[in-house]
Amino acid sequence: MSDRIVLQVENLHTSFFTRLGEVKVIDGVSFYVREGETLGIVGESGCGKTVTGLSIIRLLPEPAGKVVGGKILLDGSDLLKLSQKEMREYRGKKITMILQDPMTSLNPVYPIGDQIAESIRLHRNLSEGEVLKEVISTLKLLRIPAPQMRLRDYPFQLSGGMRQRVVGAIAMSCRPRLLIADEPTTALDATIQAQYIALFKEIQRETGVAIVFITHDFGVIANICHRVAVMYAGKIVETARTRELFKNPQHPYTIALMESVPRLDQKTDRLYSIQGQPPSLANLPPGCRFLPRCSDPLDFCHEREPEEKVIGDEHSVSCWRMWRTN
Amino acid sequence: MSDILLEGRDLVKHYPVTQGLLRKLVGYVRAVDGISFSVERGKTLSLVGESGAGKTTAARAVLLLEKLTSGCIFFEGQNICQFSSSQLKADYRPRVQAVQQNPWSSMNPRMRVRDIIAEPLVVNTRQSKQQVRKRVLELLDQVGLMPEHAERYPHEFSGGQRQRIAVARALALHPSLIVLDEPVSALDVSIRAQIMNLLKDLQDQHNISYLVIAHNLATVRYMSHSVAIMYLGEIVEYGEAEALFEQPLHPYTRALISASVLTVPEENDREVTQIILKGEMPSPLNPPSGCRFHTRCPCAWDICSQEVPQKKVMGTQWVRCHLYD
Repeated sequence: MSDRIVLQVENLHTSFFTRLGEVKVIDGVSFYVREGETLGIVGESGCGKTVTGLSIIRLLPEPAGKVVGGKILLDGSDLLKLSQKEMREYRGKKITMILQDPMTSLNPVYPIGDQIAESIRLHRNLSEGEVLKEVISTLKLLRIPAPQMRLRDYPFQLSGGMRQRVVGAIAMSCRPRLLIADEPTTALDATIQAQYIALFKEIQRETGVAIVFITHDFGVIANICHRVAVMYAGKIVETARTRELFKNPQHPYTIALMESVPRLDQKTDRLYSIQGQPPSLANLPPGCRFLPRCSDPLDFCHEREPEEKVIGDEHSVSCWRMWRTN
Repeated sequence: MSDILLEGRDLVKHYPVTQGLLRKLVGYVRAVDGISFSVERGKTLSLVGESGAGKTTAARAVLLLEKLTSGCIFFEGQNICQFSSSQLKADYRPRVQAVQQNPWSSMNPRMRVRDIIAEPLVVNTRQSKQQVRKRVLELLDQVGLMPEHAERYPHEFSGGQRQRIAVARALALHPSLIVLDEPVSALDVSIRAQIMNLLKDLQDQHNISYLVIAHNLATVRYMSHSVAIMYLGEIVEYGEAEALFEQPLHPYTRALISASVLTVPEENDREVTQIILKGEMPSPLNPPSGCRFHTRCPCAWDICSQEVPQKKVMGTQWVRCHLYD
C-alpha cells in the first residue's frame, strides 16, 4: 500500500427524482482510497452503499438518478466533468465494478473467453493473438485452472465460485486503478468466499489496485479491508481503520450493528437487536438520522444534524456525543 | 435419556439421472446418502453445510415433500413411513410446520395477512370464523405484529415483518416441530437479530423443536442446541453445539469455522491465519472414494481415498475421519 490517493470523493450528493419529489439518497459523502488499499463500505440495505458505487462509475439509472453535487477525483481528474464518451474510456479500463450475482452479470450465450476479450479489445490496441494471450494471463491472475480449456466454456458450465472469478477476470483484464466490488461474495458458500477473498488480497498485492468493497458482513470487512466507512441513511456516520473500528467503535449505530451480529467464537445468550428500521429517505426527520433508533440520545439530537469530529488517526465520527466536553 | 421428538434413521435420497430418448438410467445423484439425526423436544438441531451438501433435501424429506429412497422417520417413537395418508394428515403434517427462506416468495401476494395465517386452520380444523379470527389476532400478537396488520397484503410489509407473518402461519396449529430453511439469510443484518430472538422466545414459551437449515455458522451457534455438519450428502460431524464449536474435530468443520470466524486484525499484521480449502465440492453424481472430503482435505493421506471412515464418538460429539482412528 502506498500513500498515493487513487480515488477522492468530496461531498458527494446523489438524488433520485421521483413523483414524490427529490429523494437525497447520498447526502454529502466524502472518502478516499489509496493505491493498494481496500476501503469497506458497510451498512443496511437502502442506506446508499450501492448508489455510492454507481455514482463513482457513473452508471446511475438515468434519468431518475443524478449526481447533484460534489467531486469524484480519480488520480486527480474529476470524473463528473467528463463527457459520456470520455467516461466510457475510463469505465472498464481504469474503473471497474463487480456485482453480487455472477449469473446476471455474465452473458449466458457467449463463451467466457469472448466476454473477457471484449474489454481488452475495446480498451487496448492489440492484435488478436495478443488479446488471446492477455485473456489467458488474466485467467491465470484469477487462478482459474487450465485457462486454455476454459476459454470456450459458457457461464452455465461453471460453478458459482468459478463464475464470480470470471467476473473478476473481466474486471481485472485491463489492470484498472480502482475496483468497486458490490457484495461480490454474498452469493458464494463460506469456503468459496474465503478462497475468493484470499485471491483478491493476492491480486491487490500484485497489481496495486485500489478497492472499494461494499458489504454488510463484518466478517468480510475484518478479513479484507484496511479501512471502513459505516453508512446510515445516505451519510457516512463513522470511518476508521479496520482494527480501530473493531476495538474502539464510537457511533451508536456502529456499536448496535456490531452487537446485533452473532459471534462464532463466543457463546451469546441474547443478541442485541436494533429497534425499528432505517428512515425513509423521502421524508427525513430534522436532526440526527439515527435518533429514532438510538439507544442513548442527548436532548438536542433532534435539533441539528451532528457534525463530523476527528477523534483519532483516520478515525472520525458524526455524533453529538463526540462533541460533549468531559 | 433425553426426550426425542423426531428421529431420522439412515435417510437416503438418490435422484435417478437419465439420458437420451429412451431415458436410459446412467446414474444417481446421491443428494442424501445415509444420514441419521434426532431432534429433542423443545430443542434446536441445525443441519449445516454448503450448497449441494443435501441439507435442504433432508429437510424436505422430514416435511414429506420428498419420497425417501430408503430409511425411515420416527415421530414420537412411531415410524411415520408406515402411516397411511389419512393418519399422516391427522397426526403428522399439522404438527410439523415450515418457514421458508424467502419471505417474498413464500406468501400469496393476493391474500390478506389474516387469510395467510388462517389458511392452516381452515384446512386442518373445523373452527368457526370467530374462533379462527381470534386465533389469528393471538398469533399476530405472539410474533410482535399489530391487530391492524391483519387486513393488509404482504407487499405492505418489510422483509422482517413478512418473516414474522411466516412464523405466525407456522405456529397456527400448535406444531411440535418447525422446519426453518435458512430463516434469516434473506434478511438485513439488523433485522436478523430480531427474528432470531423471536424464534428463541417462541421456543421457550411453547416448547417447540426446531430443525434449522443454515449455512451461516454464527447464526447456527446462536440458535442451536446441537449441530450436524454435512458434506456431500453425509454427516461428517455431529454433536452438542457448544462442544462442537469450542472443539471442532473434522477438518471440514475446522475449515468452515475458520472461513466464517470474525478475526479482528492485529496492528501491522494484517494476515489472519485462515484455512483456505482448495477446489470446490465434487459432484454428488460421482462422489470420491473413501472419505468424500479427501479431495479437498488439508490433512488427507493414503487411507483416506481408500477406506470410508467410521463413526467415532468423542465426548458429546461424533466424527467421521481417519485422523481419529
